[in-house]
Amino acid sequence: MEKMSRVTTALGSSSITGRTMFCHLDAPANAISVCRDAAQVVVAGRNIFKIYALEEEQFVEKLNLRVGRKPSLNFSCADVMWHQMEENLLATAATNGAVVTWNLGKPSRNKQDQLFTEHKRTVNKVCFHPTEAYMLLSGSQDGFMKCFDLRKKESVSTFSGQSESVRDVQFSMKDYFTFAASFENGNVQLWDIRRPDRYERMFTAHTGPVFCCDWHPDDRGWLATGGRDKMVKVWDMTTNRAKEIYCVQTIASVARVKWRPEKKFHLATCSMMVDHNIYVWDIRRPFIPFATFEEHKDVTTGIVWRHQHDPHYLLSGSKDSTLYQHMFKDATRPVDKANPEGLCFGLMGDLAFAVNESLVSSDGGRKPYPGGDRRYPFFSFKKPNPTEQFAHVSSALSVFETDLDSSRMDWFVKTAQLYLLSGKPFTELCDHNATVARELKRPQVSTTWTMLRIMFSDPALGPNHSLSKLGGLPLMNSFSMKEMGPESRLERCKGESRQDNIHLEPGNSHISNNNEENEETEGSDGPTEYMFGDAELDDDDLYPLEHDNQTVAEEPVYTLPPEAFQLRHEIIDNPSVPEHLQQDKADSPHVSGNEAEVACLTPIESFSLISISQPLYSPHLHANFFCPIVREMLSHYAERGDVQMAVSVLIVLGEKIRKEIDDLTQEHWYMSYIDLLQRFELWNVSNEVIKLSTCSAITCLNQTSTTLHINCSNCKRPMSNKGWICDRCRQCASACAVCHHVVKGLFVWCQGCSHGGHLEHIMNWLKNNSHCPAGCGHLCEYT
Amino acid sequence: MRHAIAPSENVENNSIAVTDLFKICTHCERLNKKDLGIRIPRPLGSGPSRFIPEKEILQVSKVDASTQAIFEDAFAALRRLDNISLVMSFHPQYLESFLRTQHYLLQMDGPLPLHYRHYICIMAAARHQCSYLVNLHVNDFLQVGGNTKWLNGLNEAPQKLQQLGEINKILAHRPWLLTKEHIERLLKAEEHSWSLAELIHAVVLLTHYHSLSSFTFGCGIMPEINCDGGHTFRPPSVSQYCVCDIANGNGHANHHNDLLGNQEMCGEVEELMERMKQLQECRDDEEASQEEMATRFEREKTESMLVVTSEDEECVPSRDISRHFEDTSYGYQDFSRRGEQVPTFRAQDYSWEDHGFSLVNRLYPDVGQMLDEKFQMAYNLTYNTMATHKDVDTSMLRRAIWNYIHCMFGIRYDDYDYGEINQLLDRSFKIYIKTMVCSPEKTTKRMYESFWRQFQHSEKVHVNLLLMEARMQAELLYALRAITRYMT
Repeated sequence: MEKMSRVTTALGSSSITGRTMFCHLDAPANAISVCRDAAQVVVAGRNIFKIYALEEEQFVEKLNLRVGRKPSLNFSCADVMWHQMEENLLATAATNGAVVTWNLGKPSRNKQDQLFTEHKRTVNKVCFHPTEAYMLLSGSQDGFMKCFDLRKKESVSTFSGQSESVRDVQFSMKDYFTFAASFENGNVQLWDIRRPDRYERMFTAHTGPVFCCDWHPDDRGWLATGGRDKMVKVWDMTTNRAKEIYCVQTIASVARVKWRPEKKFHLATCSMMVDHNIYVWDIRRPFIPFATFEEHKDVTTGIVWRHQHDPHYLLSGSKDSTLYQHMFKDATRPVDKANPEGLCFGLMGDLAFAVNESLVSSDGGRKPYPGGDRRYPFFSFKKPNPTEQFAHVSSALSVFETDLDSSRMDWFVKTAQLYLLSGKPFTELCDHNATVARELKRPQVSTTWTMLRIMFSDPALGPNHSLSKLGGLPLMNSFSMKEMGPESRLERCKGESRQDNIHLEPGNSHISNNNEENEETEGSDGPTEYMFGDAELDDDDLYPLEHDNQTVAEEPVYTLPPEAFQLRHEIIDNPSVPEHLQQDKADSPHVSGNEAEVACLTPIESFSLISISQPLYSPHLHANFFCPIVREMLSHYAERGDVQMAVSVLIVLGEKIRKEIDDLTQEHWYMSYIDLLQRFELWNVSNEVIKLSTCSAITCLNQTSTTLHINCSNCKRPMSNKGWICDRCRQCASACAVCHHVVKGLFVWCQGCSHGGHLEHIMNWLKNNSHCPAGCGHLCEYT
Repeated sequence: MRHAIAPSENVENNSIAVTDLFKICTHCERLNKKDLGIRIPRPLGSGPSRFIPEKEILQVSKVDASTQAIFEDAFAALRRLDNISLVMSFHPQYLESFLRTQHYLLQMDGPLPLHYRHYICIMAAARHQCSYLVNLHVNDFLQVGGNTKWLNGLNEAPQKLQQLGEINKILAHRPWLLTKEHIERLLKAEEHSWSLAELIHAVVLLTHYHSLSSFTFGCGIMPEINCDGGHTFRPPSVSQYCVCDIANGNGHANHHNDLLGNQEMCGEVEELMERMKQLQECRDDEEASQEEMATRFEREKTESMLVVTSEDEECVPSRDISRHFEDTSYGYQDFSRRGEQVPTFRAQDYSWEDHGFSLVNRLYPDVGQMLDEKFQMAYNLTYNTMATHKDVDTSMLRRAIWNYIHCMFGIRYDDYDYGEINQLLDRSFKIYIKTMVCSPEKTTKRMYESFWRQFQHSEKVHVNLLLMEARMQAELLYALRAITRYMT
């Protein structure tokens, strides 16, 4: 195997050929090992012990070593190793604690040679000395390692791991006398084979068991270890203290690790649980496997490189009862599949984008975004790549900053803070929210609130009441009202909405002048209000009228994840609510209702209009009548990215609408909105929303992650105790630094020196002082 | 503290102070009560355990600093100090690990909502008719806002929890029958389906509470006075029996101090130690053949089935918890009794350390670590004493107990000679183990007293801890194996 240090024949003369192939075993394999000339492989498991010949096209069963009628536990192998000097010599470790050697040269059917039953527990590992013919080492669950001389009947020496189970033993390549042992408690020990009384060196390599270790085949004193903590670590053992030089984080506990021959930085790993693949890592690139073999259907239990000087063939045995030969050229290269572009939004709308430089340059002069002026500093860096195996990669990183003049999410934050969601009668909530929206120059939202109030408020209150209020609202499209009567307005709206339905591209010629008028009247809602969204929207919605561009062809280079980004509502959206209403209504028998609807929807100025709508309202329409419309409206808002509106309406309407919308959608909206609120650090609002929500999945959010880990202010150690008293220094940890009483209730403390106290006291103190009241000298700051 | 809580609650509205009441003699007190129409609860037994005299158990006032700290933690976390903790305080190291795990499972971040967790605890404890744990968690369940309706029975609970009933049943009584199909049914039930993480959480809770029920019965834990069934309003002279006592056929008056038996068992400890020594010494001499080893395991397995706990009388479940059963007829049944041969579970092929841990930790972070510590703590806990003897290596005995329990669940260790069990565990002990693990509700005080007569109570509690953890690990291994099989 790769452990050979004295190599008599190099590759060359009989170069290995073959292909990716496999054969079915009768039973799950626990371990495999190859003979030195790479022509045969032995497979061992609980119910299998066979030798296969590796031929060009297939595996051929050569020998079944499991003979005898009664299956003995001595055949139940946890590990197997083929001697690298003696072609006929094998050793197995049995689960019942026996160490067995086998001599293939024996003429009889039973090839069993020696049987050592000195271990009391399962033997996890056997290892032949790489150069010495008769020296065998075993490591067992009982915490002992034993060295056997095969010419004698019993062990020569016993090494005690201090009652910790041994998981792996490996002779060093570099030093004739040294071997490494890995333990269940996370330690690795180095022993001198001549000194059984004490280990030479011990260090803690992993948290939890170290399942495997492997010396680097070149004499470099490198030891790779793999553990249950899902890490592979490479240690430099040449220095006084074992030094961790590389670390690879895998996705499952590491069961085996094997250095790849002839490749200094490569090693192969397989896992014991969950993950069935074999990975080959370049230890300098620990984030993504260099190559992956994905053939096995169950966990891989044994991996071995076929020849100690050939890096192209890997053999593996698995619990799925197959034995595989993997060709390196057939391996999957995860790097190829990895997404080479990175994209990330900053909170305030900045966009960072990293891409392979070649892609960017090939685009030549074209600006990635039509609004090229928005593309702020562009910088790139090249990362020189040291590896020959990896393609030379360099990436360009661009950062697109938002226009600093307009603080784009202001409206969101303000809306979130000012909206009232509960605590008042429904109509007042609607009115309040409408006012808020209006003040933030979001007339459509404002109108929606008003609409909702009209639709759902108790008809008994009388339309007069509600409508007179409505009449007081400033009206966004008032100009149009002046020009035409309600009927013609209705016609126009209908026509437009259909068009908009089909083509939501404002750059299109379909947009009638009404839109442009809107644009003018709502001039403040220009492109500067645009927050962020995907590129498509950017192209289409943002510069609809300024650029007369047909960008459709070149736009979808950058696609963003469909998260709920907040979009500023465009003017174009305005007709959309009426559109739904009208189209729905058009089919309904309530023609009168239809008109009333229009009257409400379309901006109202004159009282004559109200007088028209009054008699048509309420008597015919039950509040439930509007539910489908409102539902569609909410979905529309949510789809446009304004989950804020959707959630707020949901909460304010409460029972009136809840049943109309399925729980999953509601939950999804709530989650998106809460996520956004938390990003903007609007903790109070988010908490209120959580509290007011009716989805069980949301309300329970308030109950999770409510733990706060604190340090004791006296001894600065973490407080493990749940009470008021630190268990280390036996003092009350949360005493107020000003009044020296225990604080129960609001507690404010400095994150720097962890002193603090009653909120009021500290505020008062810091008005006049800059130092910590505890006298520790720290300059505390109250923000 | 336990004694203080309940009376004060009930006398609250009364003009007479509690202390005044206590000064009155019992007779007058009774009269007094009648006059006022107040019923004063009184504890049913003395101390946290029916089996262990109260004075043996550490009193809260007398404990050392570290135990005190653990109690404080527990009290802060749960707002109570239950009798289980008091009994476990014989072994503070273990108690700490136990409480940390339990607290994490019930209170800290996890995939399941809080009321689900408590409901699952109720389901698990109800399988063993452990009214103590059921009552405890009914209170918790209501406190975290659980729906009272659910307590009317599993049928009233959401579909999702109802589906869990099946594996609850299997895990509690015949975990070896759990297959990946069961898991699949839970995970692929459309809108009622469980996620893997939730399932792991539920499974850990189920197994924890099954085994905790074993412990509760095994140590004869008494309900706290403020719990249902923990107090009586009857005057003390009328009855000294608690409901459970009657069910189990043992009462307080029934102290059998048969001196004869004690004399007989005098040499028990010494004998046991002698055997352990022998086993250690002559292990190398007589090397049993492989076949012999295999048959020994089989023999131990079959023998464990023959250890009949009591007549298979249909135990009538007490009224309040029966509602959680859908299928009372489903109880423990020995492996391979009806010819359905279940393959032996090889511990080397699926062990907690190698496989179970990784799976749990992957799906429910940190819990794997905690369980791992708890198992190790229970397995390795020793004071190197046996009864009055000091400096004894008890590892062999502990391993025998552990492996015997796993053997009852059909888990076999290749590297263990099951002949040792026969040498070390006598029949009465085996009966106790078997009862406690398989049908804990049938444990009686007589059983508790009849094994290991010379050992101290703390040692018997230690045994109980071993039994509890071994049982939990066995159930977990079967459940996790099924999940692993489902995943591959």
